[in-house]
Amino acid sequence: MIRFLWTLAWRSAWNRRFTLALTMASIALSTFMLLGTERIRTDIRNSFTSAVSGTDLIVGARTGSVQLLLYAVFHVGAATNNVRWGTVQALQQQRGVDWIIPLSLGDSHRGFPVLGTTGDYFTHFHYGDRQALRIALGAPMSDLFDAVLGSEVAARLGYRLGDHIVLSHGSGELDLSQHADKPFVVRGILAPTGTPVDRTVHISLQAMEALHVGWIAGIPLPGQHADAANVRQMDLTPRAVTAVLVGLKSRSGVFSAQRYINTFTGEPLMAILPGVALDELWDVIGAGEKALLLMSGLVAAVSLAGLVSVVMAGLNERRRELAVLRAVGASPLDILVLLMIEGAMVTFGGVVLGIAALVAVATALGPWLQSQFGLTLDLAQPTELQVWLLGALVLAGGLASLAPGWRAYRLSLSDGLSPRT
Amino acid sequence: MQTSILEIAQLRFAWPGSGEPCLDIDALHVDKGESVFLYGPSGCGKSTLLALIAGVLLPQHGQVRLDGRPWADMPGTRRDRYRVDHVGYIFQQFNLLPYLSVRDNVLAPCRFSPLRRQAAQRQSGSDAAAAAHWLEGMGLPRRLWDQPARDLSVGQQQRVAAARALIGSPALVIADEPTSALDEQRRNSFLDLLLAACKTANSALVFVSHDLRMADRFTRAIELPRINRVPQHDEAAA
Repeated sequence: MIRFLWTLAWRSAWNRRFTLALTMASIALSTFMLLGTERIRTDIRNSFTSAVSGTDLIVGARTGSVQLLLYAVFHVGAATNNVRWGTVQALQQQRGVDWIIPLSLGDSHRGFPVLGTTGDYFTHFHYGDRQALRIALGAPMSDLFDAVLGSEVAARLGYRLGDHIVLSHGSGELDLSQHADKPFVVRGILAPTGTPVDRTVHISLQAMEALHVGWIAGIPLPGQHADAANVRQMDLTPRAVTAVLVGLKSRSGVFSAQRYINTFTGEPLMAILPGVALDELWDVIGAGEKALLLMSGLVAAVSLAGLVSVVMAGLNERRRELAVLRAVGASPLDILVLLMIEGAMVTFGGVVLGIAALVAVATALGPWLQSQFGLTLDLAQPTELQVWLLGALVLAGGLASLAPGWRAYRLSLSDGLSPRT
Repeated sequence: MQTSILEIAQLRFAWPGSGEPCLDIDALHVDKGESVFLYGPSGCGKSTLLALIAGVLLPQHGQVRLDGRPWADMPGTRRDRYRVDHVGYIFQQFNLLPYLSVRDNVLAPCRFSPLRRQAAQRQSGSDAAAAAHWLEGMGLPRRLWDQPARDLSVGQQQRVAAARALIGSPALVIADEPTSALDEQRRNSFLDLLLAACKTANSALVFVSHDLRMADRFTRAIELPRINRVPQHDEAAA
């Protein structure tokens, strides 16, 4: 008999398919939003935390830890002070230090940050799950004016190996002060990582120094100009860097190394643990994501309210149908079950539709999201919260249809076989 | 041996909250296989009486017994089951589930009542054969059987409703003004078919109408205002 009720529910729902389809669409939309928001939230968080790995400490001039993280790892914002080269060398000599990667920031190329670093960057820098950088095309810098591009820089600007590029001073896209006299040659292009590396132009520390020979405070000094050929003869040992990534021989030494750096006597320094700073940063921006998730939850609630009101509003026209059902032997309880089945079908259909839409959109927009925001949507692995959200949606749909079901139950009790319509 | 399928004794019923009684009937019996024509003006309580006979309403006083069992002795869900087991019901109109086929509409009571289904299978061999039997008995052409019920004319729908009421041969068929939406010719042929079918099924028929012209087709005619001791006011019509 329950099978007959399913058939009845299905045929009756099909009979009213246009109104119910609208309800289903709104449930699909809320499923889409809920799951999508949660997906993006998780993936942003993942691409965030995967921006750096295997680095034990990030060292820079004293500032906020989030700020240091932002410019050292995400190449966003600017350092207030630099770290002297002597200090970098002292760090290198420090017991327990396995490797260091000096980072020098401040220039840009058509909106992409330029990072001056050493060859160690390509061997010691890791991201994601301890993955090393891979040069997809070409080789690391060997000549003074060689550059290695992140995958997105190359893709967006259409650069190939051997192309000449000109860097600008500062971070603006306004090409006010170009280093036009010292063009760089694209020597290598990195494989995509989904991290800020993709958006970065890498040059050597010496090249960074060479660019700024004869510059003081961001302005070229008159009469102090050194052209590309002359500059090769000069001493290009960097005077300062922006930040230093430090890898230790053993993780257990991390706190003593941090203490050493924080109390360094040569100049005021600070050392942060990347994981802790990433969490702090996430706390700041995570609030927005939570608000988005809350919004999606509200949309879901509204759609379910829509389901209730659509089914409720339809009930009056269906009193005759319910009375007929009663006359052929359906009990009020059967009527309640019938309405519940209908609600469950609509909710389930909406949820399935929403998932399908999400998969379709993510497949269609995946490459664009990757290139525009460096965001990789990982649909194959539903997050735990996604599973909970789905379960909650279906459950809420079932509960929501209890209301019209209950009303139908009351109606069919009071109407009996002769609805007063 | 003639025994009563329906017995009403000392029935008094008032709509909740209205205070004034609506029906007060000393006694009413319907025998097995009998066809009873129940008539009276609108608002004299015919529909209320039918609801009491079908066990949808319970009287405040007295008894309504169907096939020997008082409705009041059964809890709600039991009454629902007992009703579909023993009563076939035909409404004035809009009898069918518009989205089911004619055949599925006829078979609906068998879905809810194992007793009706067993009876149908015993009589015709299978559910489908039983549906075919009663649809044929009500003169519905075979080509309509798989159509959705909404595509049928009003007269055809009433015949489907009659076939549905009769499938599995319930002891009692209640028809609440089933011909009021039909013209005279259709009314007569519907009545012919229904009476013949009830005879075949050996089902008693309680047929309600205000149209006295049909009365002589039945074994007995009862004028409701005559057996109802509550004086009727026209204003009370509802």
